[in-house]
Amino acid sequence: MTDRNRIIIVGAGHNGLVCAAYLARARREVLVLEASDRVGGAAITREFAPGFRVSACAHICYQLDAGISRELKLGAHGLKTAHANLRTVALATEGDHLVLHGGRLEAGLLPDKDRAALADYHDRMLRFARVLGKQHNRRPPRIGGGGRSELIAAAMLGLDIRRLGRDPMREFMRIAGINIFDVLEETFETPLLKGALALDAVLGTNLGPRSNNSVLTMLHRLSGQATGVTGGLSLPAGGMGAVSEALAAAARAGGATVRTGSPVASITLEGDRVSGVELESGEKLAAGTVISNADPARTLLQLVGARHLETGFVHRIRNFRSKGMAAKLHLALDGLPGFARLAAQRAGDRLVIAPDPVYIDRAFDHAKYGQCSPDPALEITIPSIHDRTLAPAGRHVLSAIVQYAPFDPRASTDAARAEFLERTLGLLERYAPGLRRQVVASELLLPADIEREFRITGGHWHHGELALDQILMLRPVPGAAQYAMPVDGLYLCGAGCHPGGGVMGAAGRNAAHAVLGGERAA
Amino acid sequence: MTNYDAIVVGAGHNGLTNAAYLARAGLKVLVLERMPWIGGAAVSREIEKGWMYSNCSYVCSLLRPELFRDLELARHGLQVVPYGGGVTITRTGDVLGNYTDEDVQRREFARHNPRDGDAYHRYSTDVIRQCKFIRPLLLRTPPDPTSFKPRDIRELIYLGREFTKFGEQFIYDTLRFYTMSIADFLGEYFESDLIKAHLSGSGIIGSAMGVYSPGTAYVLLHHYMGDVDGSIGAWGFARGGMGAVSNAIASAYKSFGGEIVTDAPVERVIVRNGRVAGVATANGNEYRAKIVVSNLDPKRTFTKLFDEGDLNPEFVKRARNFKIRGSSGKLNIALDGLPEFPALGRDNPLRFGDIHFLDSLEKMERAYDDWKNGTWSKEPYLDLLIPSMTDPTMTPPGKHFMSVFVQYVPPKIHGRDWTDQDRDGFKNTVLDQIGRYSPNFKSLIRHVEVRTPRELEDEVGLTEGNIFQGELTMDQLLFNRPFPGYAQYRGPVKGFYMCGSGTHPGGGVMAAPGANAAREILLDLKRPSLVPEGWQDD
Amino acid sequence: MRHKDHFKTAVYQTPFHPRTSFDLTPMTKHRITGKDALPFLNRLITRDIAKIKPGRVGYCVWCDDNGQVIDDGTVFHLREGDYRLCSQERQLDWLTRSAHGFDVKIVEDTHEVAALALQGPTSCAVLKAIGCTGAEKLKPFDIAYFPFADGELMVSRTGFTGDLGYELWIDPARALELWDALFDKGGNHGIRPMGTHALEVARIEAGFIQAQVDFLPADQAIRIDRSRSPFELDLGRLVDFSKPNFNGRRALLEERRRGSRYRLVRLDIEGNKPARSAYIYDSKRNVVGTVTSAEWSPSAKSNIALASMHMPWGRPGDELWAEIYYQRELKWSRVMARCRVVEGAFFDPPRRRATPAADF
Ligand SMILES: Cc1cc2nc3c(=O)[nH]c(=O)nc-3n(C[C@H](O)[C@H](O)[C@H](O)COP(=O)(O)OP(=O)(O)OC[C@H]3O[C@@H](n4cnc5c(N)ncnc54)[C@H](O)[C@@H]3O)c2cc1C
Ligand SMILES: Cc1cc2nc3c(=O)[nH]c(=O)nc-3n(C[C@H](O)[C@H](O)[C@H](O)COP(=O)(O)OP(=O)(O)OC[C@H]3O[C@@H](n4cnc5c(N)ncnc54)[C@H](O)[C@@H]3O)c2cc1C
Repeated sequence: MTDRNRIIIVGAGHNGLVCAAYLARARREVLVLEASDRVGGAAITREFAPGFRVSACAHICYQLDAGISRELKLGAHGLKTAHANLRTVALATEGDHLVLHGGRLEAGLLPDKDRAALADYHDRMLRFARVLGKQHNRRPPRIGGGGRSELIAAAMLGLDIRRLGRDPMREFMRIAGINIFDVLEETFETPLLKGALALDAVLGTNLGPRSNNSVLTMLHRLSGQATGVTGGLSLPAGGMGAVSEALAAAARAGGATVRTGSPVASITLEGDRVSGVELESGEKLAAGTVISNADPARTLLQLVGARHLETGFVHRIRNFRSKGMAAKLHLALDGLPGFARLAAQRAGDRLVIAPDPVYIDRAFDHAKYGQCSPDPALEITIPSIHDRTLAPAGRHVLSAIVQYAPFDPRASTDAARAEFLERTLGLLERYAPGLRRQVVASELLLPADIEREFRITGGHWHHGELALDQILMLRPVPGAAQYAMPVDGLYLCGAGCHPGGGVMGAAGRNAAHAVLGGERAA
Repeated sequence: MTNYDAIVVGAGHNGLTNAAYLARAGLKVLVLERMPWIGGAAVSREIEKGWMYSNCSYVCSLLRPELFRDLELARHGLQVVPYGGGVTITRTGDVLGNYTDEDVQRREFARHNPRDGDAYHRYSTDVIRQCKFIRPLLLRTPPDPTSFKPRDIRELIYLGREFTKFGEQFIYDTLRFYTMSIADFLGEYFESDLIKAHLSGSGIIGSAMGVYSPGTAYVLLHHYMGDVDGSIGAWGFARGGMGAVSNAIASAYKSFGGEIVTDAPVERVIVRNGRVAGVATANGNEYRAKIVVSNLDPKRTFTKLFDEGDLNPEFVKRARNFKIRGSSGKLNIALDGLPEFPALGRDNPLRFGDIHFLDSLEKMERAYDDWKNGTWSKEPYLDLLIPSMTDPTMTPPGKHFMSVFVQYVPPKIHGRDWTDQDRDGFKNTVLDQIGRYSPNFKSLIRHVEVRTPRELEDEVGLTEGNIFQGELTMDQLLFNRPFPGYAQYRGPVKGFYMCGSGTHPGGGVMAAPGANAAREILLDLKRPSLVPEGWQDD
Repeated sequence: MRHKDHFKTAVYQTPFHPRTSFDLTPMTKHRITGKDALPFLNRLITRDIAKIKPGRVGYCVWCDDNGQVIDDGTVFHLREGDYRLCSQERQLDWLTRSAHGFDVKIVEDTHEVAALALQGPTSCAVLKAIGCTGAEKLKPFDIAYFPFADGELMVSRTGFTGDLGYELWIDPARALELWDALFDKGGNHGIRPMGTHALEVARIEAGFIQAQVDFLPADQAIRIDRSRSPFELDLGRLVDFSKPNFNGRRALLEERRRGSRYRLVRLDIEGNKPARSAYIYDSKRNVVGTVTSAEWSPSAKSNIALASMHMPWGRPGDELWAEIYYQRELKWSRVMARCRVVEGAFFDPPRRRATPAADF
C-alpha cells in the first residue's frame, strides 16, 4: 500500500516546493512532478540570449516568508542575496528623481508636508499590512458553516483587526475596500511620489489606481515587509531561480523526489478519491494524495476535468478572474544604461516609471479595451549590477515589469507584442537616452506568453486576481478555500489559494498543514 | 429670537421626515430652508407655465413603505403610481424591453440569447435574496463595530444573525457581490453584451465609477432594494412629480405643529461650551435650540456650517476627504408632443418606462473614461422617462414632460469651473443623442432645463452635485457612513445630528435617514421612539 | 427588474374524465446529442442513465451541488446517444453550465415538438384505431415509432397519471391532423380533452410530485431551507451512489450519513374535505408538517394528500392530524382530521403495467 501513502505534487513552483519540503519534513513520501525542465515555475532564472540570464517572471524578492526561510534552512541550501535592500527610484523626465526607502525620502525634493505624510503613510500602511500578514500563515476560516473551530478562526481575524485600536480600525475598514488613487490624493501633493506609490498597488493586477481593491493589493505587497522578510526588497544571488533551487534542495534533503520534465496530463480518480496522475508521456503514477501547484482553472478544469466535479463548483472556478495584465521585458545590453540625472550607484535599485497616478490610470484604460498601453508604467531592475553571474563581463541585463498588456489583445498577440516592445523601448529611451543602441537582444512576454511558458492560465501574477471578492475564504472560490478541493485527496497549494501570489511560500506551507491536518482528522 | 427644542437645517425630504417625527414626539421644531421652496432634490417646480417638472429626482421606489404608511402620506396627498415598460434601443434599432410578466421577460431575453433567457431567473433570484437581506436594515441604526456598548453588540449580533440566516453560501456570495464590478457580476449570468449593458445601468447611476470598477455591483442593489406595493425592484412616479413626496411629508409635519421657514439659509451652527446652542442664518437671524439636525451632505455640513475651531482637526480632515464627487447631470424638457422612437414603433407600451440608448458594456465604460478625463461623456448613459405619459397632471393635455438623467457629468471641466458654454455643449450632446433615436424629438422641444453638477450644487446644495450626498462605496456604507464612528446620526458636537442622505442607508428618496436620525435623537432625549421598525421582510 | 416573491399555482375547474388527452407542448424539452451525451446526463442526473437503453424512458431528478432538487423530469433515449430531456421548469441555463467540459450539443426544442398525453383505460385502443398497429406491445416506459400522415409519430408509454397511458410526439405541422384523427377515431372510445384540474387529481392519485407545488426548484429558492433533496421527496430510489460523480453526490452522501430534514408522505385523511395547504400536527398539537397537494380522489374514493413532514414525523402509524379549512356557502369551517400515512400510490390499477395493454 505504499502508493496510497505517496503524495504527488503537480508542479515545482516555489509553492509546490515549499509544500514538498514541509511534507517531507513530516516524513511523508513526496514526489514532485514538474512539467518544465527546471524547478521554480514563475520564480526561475533562465537564459534569454546567449550569456544573458534573467529572473524570468518574478524579479524582486520581498515577500518570502521569514519563517519558511528559517525552517527550511534556505541559507544552508545555498540561498544568498546579491542585494538585500533596494531603494525605489521614481524616475522623472525632468528635475530630480525621488529615492525612497520605506517611509523615508533619501534623495530628491518633496515639500515638507509630503515628506511628513510619507513617513506617516508608510507606518499606517505597514500596520494594516501586518493584519493581512498575520493571516498569511493561517487557513482561511469558513463563515456561517463548519462549526466551532471555524467560528473561532473567523473571530481571530476580527480580533486582529480590532487589535489595531479603535481609530486605526476605523481607518482600516474605510480604506480596505477603496482605491489607492483616492487614498494618495487625500495624503500627498507631489505627482511623482503618488505615481510611484500607486504603482505598488497595481503591479500584477487587473486594476487601475482608480479601481477599488487597489489598496488591498498594495497592502498585500507590503505584507511581506510587515511580517519580516529576509531584508526589504532583495535580489537573490543568481536570480529568483536561486530561491527555487534552494527550496528544491531543502525538499530533496528531507527525502522528497523532484522530477522535472514530467508534465502531468491528468489527475486520475477512483470513485470519489484521487488515485494518482497520468503524465503526458503516458506513465501512470499512483498516489493517495495529489496536491496541485498549478493554477485552479488548470488543475480542476484540465487536469481533473469538469466532468468529475459538480456544476456549481465548476461555474465558480470558471468565474475565478485570472487574466493577467503584467508583461515582462528582458533586455540584453552591451553596457550599463545611462538614466538621465541618475547617480550610477542608484541604477541598481528598483527604478519605476510612473510619473503620476493619472498616467497609470490612462495606461490601464487602454488595456480595458484590449490594447497594450501606449505609455506603460514600469518597474525596472538591472540585477547584473549586483550579480555578475547574470551577464557577460561589462554587459548587463535589464528586467522590467511593464503594464498594462491585456491577456487577449484585440490585435494578434504577435502584433501587440511588437508594438508594445516598440512603445516600451521608446519610453525607456526617453529616460535613458541611448539605451536603444545598447540593446543586444530583447524578449517581451505578454500574459499569453506567460500562460504558455509558465503554464499559468491567464498569465496572471497571482494565478488569479487578488481582490476583495477573491481573497481569504473566497480564494480561489468559496467552499474550497481551505486547500482541500471537493475531490477526496486533492489539494491546491499555489498562488491561486490564500494568501495569493508573489514569491512567498505561505500557500505551499498552509497546504502542507492542511494535508497533514486532514490525515490526522481522518 | 425664538427658542426651539430642535432645528432642522434643510427642508429636503429627509429633513422633513426627521422634523415630522420630532414634532410628533411633542418637540417644538423649526425647519430652515435656504431656497424659496422645500424638497431639496425631491422637488417639483412649474418651470414652464403649465409644466410641472421633477427637477432632480424623478422616480420613486426606495421610499420606505413603513414611513409612507406611518406618516399617512396618502392622506397628505401622496400617490405613487408604478410604471411598466422600459427599454434599451441600440444603434442598429434593436430593442430589449422590460416586461412585468416573468415569462414574457424571459422570452425577451431569450430572443437575444436563449440561455440568457433562462439565466435571468437565476439572476433575479440571487438579486432578490440580496434585497431580502438588506431591506430590514434600512430602518435600523448601524452598529459601531469598534464599540463595546451593549446596544452595539446586540445590533452586531442581530446583523450577524441576519447575515447567516441565508446560509454559508449566501455569505460568500454577499461578500463577493459587495465588492465586485457590475460587469463581472453580470458576466456570471449572461453572455449577451446587450443584456449586460441593459442591466448594468443600475450599477453606475449616480456613482463615480465605471461598469468595470469593483464596487459597482452593490450600487445595483441600491436601485433594486425598493419596491412599489411589494413588487421588489419596481419603480413608480409620484403623481405631480417627486415634489409630491416632500410636500406630503411637509404636510404631515405641519399637522404635528411643525414650522418651516424658507429663504432662510443657515450660515453657522452656534456652538457654546462644546454643545450646540442654535443656528444663525445669512440674513442675520439667530434661532436657539439644544438640538440641531443637518439635512445637508456631511461635507457641506462640517466644512460650511461650522467654525473649524469648534471641531477636532482630525474630524475636519475626515469631512474634507468625504467622497462626494459629482458624476450626474439632468435635462428636464417640456415637449409640445410625444416624441416617436421608430425602433419601438407606435403605441409600444415599453415607452412608458425608462428608455436607454446602449450597445455594449464597453460603450458604458468609455462614458466613464470621459468623466475621468474631466469632461462629460461624449456618448453618455441616459435614463430617459416621459412621466407625463403615466401622470397627465404634469402637463397641459397633449403636451409632455421628459426627464433625462445623464451619466457621466464631472463636477469640473478639466479642473476648472463649468461655463455656460460648457453647459450648452453638454446639453447638445444629450439632445443629439436622443435625436438620433427620435427624429421628431428636437422639433417638439419647448424648453430645456439643464442641470450640471454646478446647478445641482448651487440650487440643491449637493456638494459637487453628488446625487446621493456622498458616494455609495464600501468605505461610506453602513457603519462607515458618513464616517466610521459617526454612523449613528450623532455629530461630533453634543446636540448635533445628521439626517441627510449622507447617512445610512444613503441616497435616494427613501426617508429612512431622516427617520433613523429621529429615532436616535428621541433616544438621547429619553423619549419613547415613535419611529416605526422596518417590516420583517420574509 | 421586477420579481414577485410568490409563485402562481393555477387551479382550473375542469370536469374530470378517465379517457382523456392533454396538451404537453408547453413542457420544456431539450435535445441532447453528441459524443458525451451519456456522460453528461450521468453527471447531471442522480440515477444511472446508462441503464436507460435506446427506446426507453426514465423518470429522474437533478440536483445542485448541495443535493437539492432543481427539477424532476423524464429522459427519453430516442436512439443510440440521442436523448430528450423533458421538464416543467426552464433548464437551459443549468444544462449549458453543466455542459462545460463535455462534448455535447444541447438544443431547447420545446416549440419544435408537439406533444400530447393520451391517458386512461382506452388509450391503447384509441392508438390502435388511428393506425398504431402493435401499440399494445409497448411496455411501460417504452418508445415506438409509427407512420402517421406521411410522417412519423413517436409514442411513449409514459404519463403524469397513474393509469395506462401514452404520450404522443409529433412535428407541430402535423399536430392538428393528429388531434383530429384521435377525436375522429377515438369518439367511440370516449376520448375527451382533459383540463389541468383533472391532471392534478390524477397525478396526486398516482403520488407524483410537481415542481412549484410539492417542492421549490432549488435554483429558485431565496431562503435557505425551502428546497428539498431527492430523499426528502421520497425519491431516494432515483439516487444511484454506485455510479461515480454526479451533481449533488457529495452532499447526498453526507445527507445519508447525517439524516434528512424532511420527508414527503402520502396521507389518507379522514372525512371528505380536501386538506389543501393544511398544517399537520402531532398528537401534542405541534406543527410537524404541511400539506403540499390535496384532492378528493374519485378513483380511490379517499381524501388524499401529499405532505412535507419534518423529520422524524411521517412514519407509518404516526398519529397525525390535519387542520382543514373549508367553505360552504361563504361560511368557513375548520376541522381537525386524522391522517394515516399510506405507502405506495393511492390509485394503481393493474392495467397501468399490464403488457400487452388491454382493450377496454
Ligand atoms: C510577470 C510577472 C512578474 C512577477 N514579479 C514578481 C516579483 O517581482 N516578485 C514576486 O514576489 N512575485 C512576482 N510575481 C509573482 C510570482 O512569480 C508568482 O506569484 C509565484 O511565482 C507563483 O508561485 P506558485 O508556486 O504558486 O506557482 P507557479 O510558479 O506558477 O508554479 C506552478 C508550477 O506548476 C507547473 N505546472 C503547471 N501545470 C503542470 C502540469 N500539468 N504538470 C506539471 N507541472 C505543471 C508549472 O510549470 C510551474 O512550475 C510575478 C509574476 C509575473 C507573472
Ligand atoms: C438629478 C438627480 C436625480 C435623482 N434621481 C432620483 C430618483 O429618480 N429616485 C430617487 O429615489 N432618488 C433620486 N435622486 C437622489 C435623491 O433625490 C436624493 O438622494 C434625496 O432627495 C436627498 O434628500 P435629502 O433630504 O437627504 O437631501 P436634499 O434633498 O439634498 O436636501 C437638502 C436640503 O437642504 C437645503 N440646504 C442646503 N444648504 C442649506 C443651508 N445652508 N441652510 C438651509 N437649507 C439648506 C437644500 O436646499 C435642500 O433643500 C436624484 C438626485 C438628483 C440630484
